[in-house]
Amino acid sequence: MKQKGWKELVPGAVVLEGGSACKFKTGSWRAFRPVWIEENCIQCLFCWIYCPDMAIKVKDGKRGEFDYDYCKGCGICALECPGKKGKKAIVMEEEGK
Amino acid sequence: MATPLTLKELSKKEDLFTHGHRMCSGCGAPIVVKMVLMATDYPVIAANATGCLEVSSCISEYTAWKIPWIHTAFENAAATLSGVETMYRSLKKQGKIDKDVKFIAFGGDGGTYDIGFQSLSGAMERGHDMIYVCYDNGAYMNTGIQRSSATPLGADTTTCPAGSVIPGKLRARKNLTKIMAAHNIPYAAQASPSHWMDLMKKVQKAHSYEGPKFLNVLAPCNRGWRSKTNDAIALCKLAVNSCYWPLYEIENGVTKITSTPREKAPVADFMKPQGRFKHLFEPGNEALLQRVQEEVDAEWEKLKNAEKCGC
Amino acid sequence: MAKVVAVTGNEACANALRQVNPDVCGIYPITPQTDMMQRYASFISDGKVDTEAILVESEHSSMSACIGASAAGGRVITATSSQGLALMWEMLHIASGDRLPIIMPVVNRALSAPLNIHGDHSDAMGARDTGWIQIWSENAQEAYDNTIQAFRVGEHMDIRLPVMVCLDGFIISHSIERMEYLEDAEVKNFVGEFKNLYPLLDLEKPKSYGPLILTDLYHEYKRAQHEVMLKVKDVVLDVAKDFEKMSGRKYGLFETYRLEDADIALVILNSAAGTSKDVIDEFRNKGIKAGLLKPRLFRPFPYEEVAEALKNTKAVCVLDRSDSFGGYGPLFMEISSALYQLKERPVLINKIYGLGGRDYLPSHAELVLNELHGIAQGGKINIIKEYIGVRE
Ligand SMILES: Cc1ncc(C[n+]2csc(CCOP(=O)(O)OP(=O)(O)O)c2C)c(N)n1
Ligand code: SF4
Ligand code: SF4
Ligand code: SF4
Ligand SMILES: [Mg+2]
Repeated sequence: MKQKGWKELVPGAVVLEGGSACKFKTGSWRAFRPVWIEENCIQCLFCWIYCPDMAIKVKDGKRGEFDYDYCKGCGICALECPGKKGKKAIVMEEEGK
Repeated sequence: MATPLTLKELSKKEDLFTHGHRMCSGCGAPIVVKMVLMATDYPVIAANATGCLEVSSCISEYTAWKIPWIHTAFENAAATLSGVETMYRSLKKQGKIDKDVKFIAFGGDGGTYDIGFQSLSGAMERGHDMIYVCYDNGAYMNTGIQRSSATPLGADTTTCPAGSVIPGKLRARKNLTKIMAAHNIPYAAQASPSHWMDLMKKVQKAHSYEGPKFLNVLAPCNRGWRSKTNDAIALCKLAVNSCYWPLYEIENGVTKITSTPREKAPVADFMKPQGRFKHLFEPGNEALLQRVQEEVDAEWEKLKNAEKCGC
Repeated sequence: MAKVVAVTGNEACANALRQVNPDVCGIYPITPQTDMMQRYASFISDGKVDTEAILVESEHSSMSACIGASAAGGRVITATSSQGLALMWEMLHIASGDRLPIIMPVVNRALSAPLNIHGDHSDAMGARDTGWIQIWSENAQEAYDNTIQAFRVGEHMDIRLPVMVCLDGFIISHSIERMEYLEDAEVKNFVGEFKNLYPLLDLEKPKSYGPLILTDLYHEYKRAQHEVMLKVKDVVLDVAKDFEKMSGRKYGLFETYRLEDADIALVILNSAAGTSKDVIDEFRNKGIKAGLLKPRLFRPFPYEEVAEALKNTKAVCVLDRSDSFGGYGPLFMEISSALYQLKERPVLINKIYGLGGRDYLPSHAELVLNELHGIAQGGKINIIKEYIGVRE
């Protein structure tokens, strides 16, 4: 990306587009990758509410896939996931393995 | 109308704090912010004190905030927001604006308990219509884990390091929630993101009052606490269950505990997984560990008494 | 129709602010400014303005709140002096960096320690590099006129910068002076409706103020800020032209007094210029060609114009009412920089006078003009920087 020169800047460094951080993908920070095992999912949405990176997609109140563009792989979702009958619906796997 | 507090309903709302922010993996602060904004059913403007949340959420042209947001400096989120809120009142009075707008300030513990204390006290006393949310991670994290007046007794930080003579911080935390309640504001409460419904109820309740409100929210920092990236919520649960971080509210001067642990866990359960307390479990520091437990017990007793006497 | 009144500098500024009727005002007491904002508070209490006051708990919070209010979108004022301005220092840079046109009369007072409540310029000179426009005023009339013009300058869409209007503590703020007020409607019409640039209260288009800017862009932002300052001079002159049409009073980047053919000259800010002018008249009567230059716009500083105005003099003394300890007086440094660009330039000396409200007397001006006269006649300079009016 071409860097802006001083004549192209917004006065006062005001950021004019709300939520523009979406353009900054943080998925590459991940060392571990959460994997969703749908059959163990009870749709409690705890993973969604606790995710610090808004990286779990939910549509019409139903849990969908991880958003790997942003997921930093912290593992909170996996730890908090109750799963079904003691079987977790999220497991963490090392990236690149 | 407040959104019903079910995760299903809440998940239909737009994220007002977006992904793409640059807080560390597993940081507690963005969880707090997202929950506070999720429980806010009004147009809202936020102010932010300098600190981890601020430097990671708005960098160059990338802002994670989908609401109007302002950061000016470290010690003045409350003063800055009081200016925004006053302009709003002025323009409303003059008939130049007709919307109902809410105001929320976010500050870390350093920006709230310490350097921003005067500015916060002033804004609360003046009666500005705002919720001030302190995300308390117990140290100046952004500058590298220095002690604040919110740092727990016994903790190892970079300015009160646990050494061979001095075993970390020797003073107990400042009880800021009570100090804020002593400003006779309509609502002051302590919350934790582990107890999301309790937290969001408190946000909704706070919004229902006009005037200044204060929320103190626990926000684990795995770097400063030297814990794991996945345990922010788990540690919050232990903090609540051990009464290290009791959940309560002071509404119009009346104290109410909003979550009583079924069985009060030893505070050591909360401390053990955190590297900042590691030295307290080594031989020679038993007395200090004991003192931590006693302080927690004493505060919990005081809180229960306050609830009992209706004050 | 203009109205002739006898008022103090503080009262004059308070009235100018009332006539502008800003949306939000930060108020905090400090001598000698206190009485200006007290008067303004009465205007609010008596319903004479629409302003909402923020009765802050410190000047740091005052400037913080003014920044918040200005970013929210509207016209914002406050006023301060001395320790108050010093406490604001951090936030002054943020007001200008965020490009917020906050208007602030500064009633100049000495800085502690030792504690002193009287007039000198240490406070505003300490805020010289904060990115604020600074306009200085000799008397109550100028303070009033400059306050009104400041809104037009700072709020200009090409500028959007905060402005300090400086006036001398006690000497001007508290002395009663005969001056003219404009009509309320004239002032209202002159400043016009406030125009927003990026208001936070525009909820449909959420903006973020105050991002973290890293090494890749910070330098560029500061370059852009410098560019804006370069445009200020023209705007100040345009606004002054309009103001003259309305009031009949003429303003420039600085004022010159009998300077055109002068051999020797004083450069001096604010109220002491008045005393100096009388002494210059006496020297003229003696046949000595003396003149004076009184800067008005100190930031941005009009270097070329000042050099042009002083270029034919033989010796100039810059009188500073503040000191940069271990350096020359701040005004002297500017004048030296301006004159250095000339091929032939006058000899330059620096006198520090009037600190902490010490009287500046005609005898001081006499002393300096005599010394300049000697230098202009080929005498040598004994000492470049020297305190005057000081006991041995
Ligand atoms: C006046 C001032 N002093 C010091 C700093 C340096 N500083 C920036 S952020 C920060 C720590 C913030 O700590 P806290 O408020 O607890 O937030 P956290 O980073 O822990 O989230 C410090 C000391 C500053 N920016 N301004
Ligand atoms: S691993 Fe962390 S960031 Fe990724 S989805 Fe789970 S909670 Fe979110
Ligand atoms: S926490 Fe586990 S069970 Fe609950 S919705 Fe998420 S994946 Fe499914
Ligand atoms: S240092 Fe701590 S508080 Fe700061 S972003 Fe990282 S985890 Fe969060
Ligand atoms: Mg902190």
